[in-house]
Amino acid sequence: MSNSNMNLKLKVWRQQNAKDEGHFEDYTVQASPDMSFLEMFDVLNEQLITEGKNPVAFDHDCREGICGMCSMVINGRPHGPKQGVTTCQLHMRSFSDGDTIVVEPWRSNAFPVIRDLSVNRSAFDRIIASGGYVSVNTGNAVDANATLIPKETADEAFEAATCIGCGACVSACKNASAMLFVGAKVTQLSLLPQGQAEASKRVVAMVNQMDAEGFGACTNTGACSAECPKQIPLSVIATLNREYIKAKLKGY
Amino acid sequence: MSKNIKLDSKIPAGELSQKWTQYRSSVPLVNPANKRNLEIIVVGTGLAGSSAAATLAEMGYKVKAFCFQDSPRRAHSIAAQGGINAAKNYQNDGDSVYRLFYDTIKGGDYRAREANVHRLAEVSTSIIDQCVAQGVPFAREYGGTLSNRSFGGTQVQRTFYAAGQTGQQLLLGAYQALERQVGLGNVKMYSRHEMLDVVVVDGKARGIIARNLITGELERHFGHAVLLCTGGYGNVFYLSTNAMGSNVTAGWKAHKAGALFGNPCFTQIHPTCIPVSGHYQSKLTLMSESLRNDGRIWVPKSKDDNRHPNDIPEEDRDYYLERRYPAFGNLVPRDVASRAAKERCDAGYGVGSSKMAVYLDFRYNMINKYGRAEASRLNIENPDEATLLQLGKEVAKEQYGNLFDMYKQITDEDPYEVPMRIYPAVHYTMGGLWVDYELMTNIPGLYALGEANFSDHGANRLGASALMQGLADGYFVIPYTIGSYLSNEIRTKSIPTDSDEFAAAENKVRERLQQLLSINGTQTVESFHRRLGLIMWDKCGMSRSEEGLKQAIAEIRALRDEFWKDARVPGTMDSFNPELEKAGRVADFLELGELMCIDALERNESCGGHFREEYQTEEGEAKRDDDNYMVVSAWEYKEGNAWELHKEPLVYENIKIAQRSYK
Repeated sequence: MSNSNMNLKLKVWRQQNAKDEGHFEDYTVQASPDMSFLEMFDVLNEQLITEGKNPVAFDHDCREGICGMCSMVINGRPHGPKQGVTTCQLHMRSFSDGDTIVVEPWRSNAFPVIRDLSVNRSAFDRIIASGGYVSVNTGNAVDANATLIPKETADEAFEAATCIGCGACVSACKNASAMLFVGAKVTQLSLLPQGQAEASKRVVAMVNQMDAEGFGACTNTGACSAECPKQIPLSVIATLNREYIKAKLKGY
Repeated sequence: MSKNIKLDSKIPAGELSQKWTQYRSSVPLVNPANKRNLEIIVVGTGLAGSSAAATLAEMGYKVKAFCFQDSPRRAHSIAAQGGINAAKNYQNDGDSVYRLFYDTIKGGDYRAREANVHRLAEVSTSIIDQCVAQGVPFAREYGGTLSNRSFGGTQVQRTFYAAGQTGQQLLLGAYQALERQVGLGNVKMYSRHEMLDVVVVDGKARGIIARNLITGELERHFGHAVLLCTGGYGNVFYLSTNAMGSNVTAGWKAHKAGALFGNPCFTQIHPTCIPVSGHYQSKLTLMSESLRNDGRIWVPKSKDDNRHPNDIPEEDRDYYLERRYPAFGNLVPRDVASRAAKERCDAGYGVGSSKMAVYLDFRYNMINKYGRAEASRLNIENPDEATLLQLGKEVAKEQYGNLFDMYKQITDEDPYEVPMRIYPAVHYTMGGLWVDYELMTNIPGLYALGEANFSDHGANRLGASALMQGLADGYFVIPYTIGSYLSNEIRTKSIPTDSDEFAAAENKVRERLQQLLSINGTQTVESFHRRLGLIMWDKCGMSRSEEGLKQAIAEIRALRDEFWKDARVPGTMDSFNPELEKAGRVADFLELGELMCIDALERNESCGGHFREEYQTEEGEAKRDDDNYMVVSAWEYKEGNAWELHKEPLVYENIKIAQRSYK
């Protein structure tokens, strides 16, 4: 069992609701290097509740890096300083005793703040609902081995499909663009034979919905991919653009 | 609540292999025009909920789906790692529907229903077809066919997978099918909504009370039927592999409204999890069972062997699973593997600083299995061990990369270089709401699917079968069985939600929330949850005894009293208040925990994951009592945390009952 041997200063964004202006508040907390970042926040919240104050609202669920619910901007970077991990998989050994850590919510017009560090990411669901699927009703499927898919293609589709929909890409982007998120789904489904029948319709519908939600345009900075906890490659945006142009040329 | 509950499992007559086919051919149908007037509420959007909501909407029903997370895609099915079973026999290794059925019944230690399990095995093959059609990127061979691997309790390769993220890929498939129906207007999705009660009108489930978690508002929703797809209750142990939000609340409210709870004490403790490292710990992380394909489990032969694991020679290692169970070796079922790890650690052979861990070591197979195969493929003659290890690491990376990364992230140790340290942790609950063959609880119109019901896994679930069951229930079972009920409801008009029953249910929910907020005590909800978890783990965990269970019941009652006197729940009802959500869930766990102990105390035998110290063979294996306990224990709630037991006998007509042996 490790001891609490790190003293940390936290500057945490507090905001009552979407309309409130919001501000930073300062806290001190003791942590141990083996704690996860969210466990450090648990300690802070226990402390606040015991002092009769309101705990900090933050989203989290699986705490093993896969549900995509946790969403903190830590020292200016979505999911913090380590590459390829979510906030819940970030451990305090990545920080040093005496550090000051600044914690903010995702910031984007398309992700309004609910309270403190919790934001509303329903825009992502609406983008998927607009076309991020294969139109196949239950019971319509042929035998799973009837269509052969080369291993390389399956692997590439899988790599794109590992997106957890957390929104770090949007948060990292100076334009709050959702192209990495949309590109990942478009890439997965356009690579696989099952997704090709409606590839053109899909990409146009998803891009239209993305624009309607207020996400910004892509200017090829690459911050999205650099900050992506699942390291979705920037090439999915190229695929998205290619699929989009192909669809437009076909008159979609 | 009816005084004389009669348990009718509604298992169709006929030969086992024909039951489901005949049922499907004769179950009443609802015509498409009538489907449009029938509303179905689906609570929970994991594999069972998403697949059910999507499929029912495709069929034409009007569906409302609810989840407490910010998106249906976050349900905890997403975290399932290893794979999904299906009796495809693509490997030509002797698999069949019957064998999957048989393995599941045996793995569950003869405490599951034959007919339900056979149906599960039958539809398993369609699940894989459906998922592939949706664009789920399963692992494939170079020729383009699907790849398989082995899981515990079986001797065939029938597990389909997508790296260590199978649950994620299957859930995203179901989520996308669900969102497609949302886009088409056939499903209305309510994210960040928590069901806080079921509304029963004239004995039938007719709706729910849900709290909008953003505004705090209580909402009334009508449905001709209500489906609870709300997962398991492993978080009663505080530390488990479940997500932080996983809870029993929906199922518990249904239970208190009259639904029977089946086999509550049947809990699965998963053998391969990252050990506890500190008192602040909030959850435990699973290392997939698939790792046991290539990882060998061992402890040093002598106590207090403090050498680095890589420096301990073969002759000083005890591969205790291979020693005790040569036929299945490292791939024995979870309950057997967990108990064996506990036995070694309790005997003083554990490793790591806490001595409560064993090694899961990949070195042997990285060198001898993968390294040699790669060397042979690359025509490397007489490779040295370092070369083999390097080659093997590359293959291991492809198979398990994300799991190895996760382990390193959490422990700061590199499993490519040193063995993992693992220990059992609470993972899954086989118990759940009692349902009949049609997945309906004893409250007409109220259904339970997936982990939320008790029906398919008996006293121990085999690996890669949870995903199979969730999707079987949602894609291929409920779409048929719900017709049996709804075909009689086509004349039922929507019940206005300003009726007395809805108002009364909402008032009850409001009063409870106010009560929680008004305790105004000194201790945090989290601290109560932690204390409950310790009681459950120590006394109702991997091994249980009459004495311990009696103590646990008394301690839980006292803790519950203390909670209602001294918990502190900050904030208000009419706003976003995660602490209030947590308080409601912990309050329910404080009641469920008692029922689990009562059930464990009543079941005077050991079976599967339920191990009573008083009932074991000379070799320390679980000793069943088939004469008295070949039953489902279905508990009925009575006012004031009291329960009445009903028993459903389990009849085995197709399987020869035997003592489970994996030797």
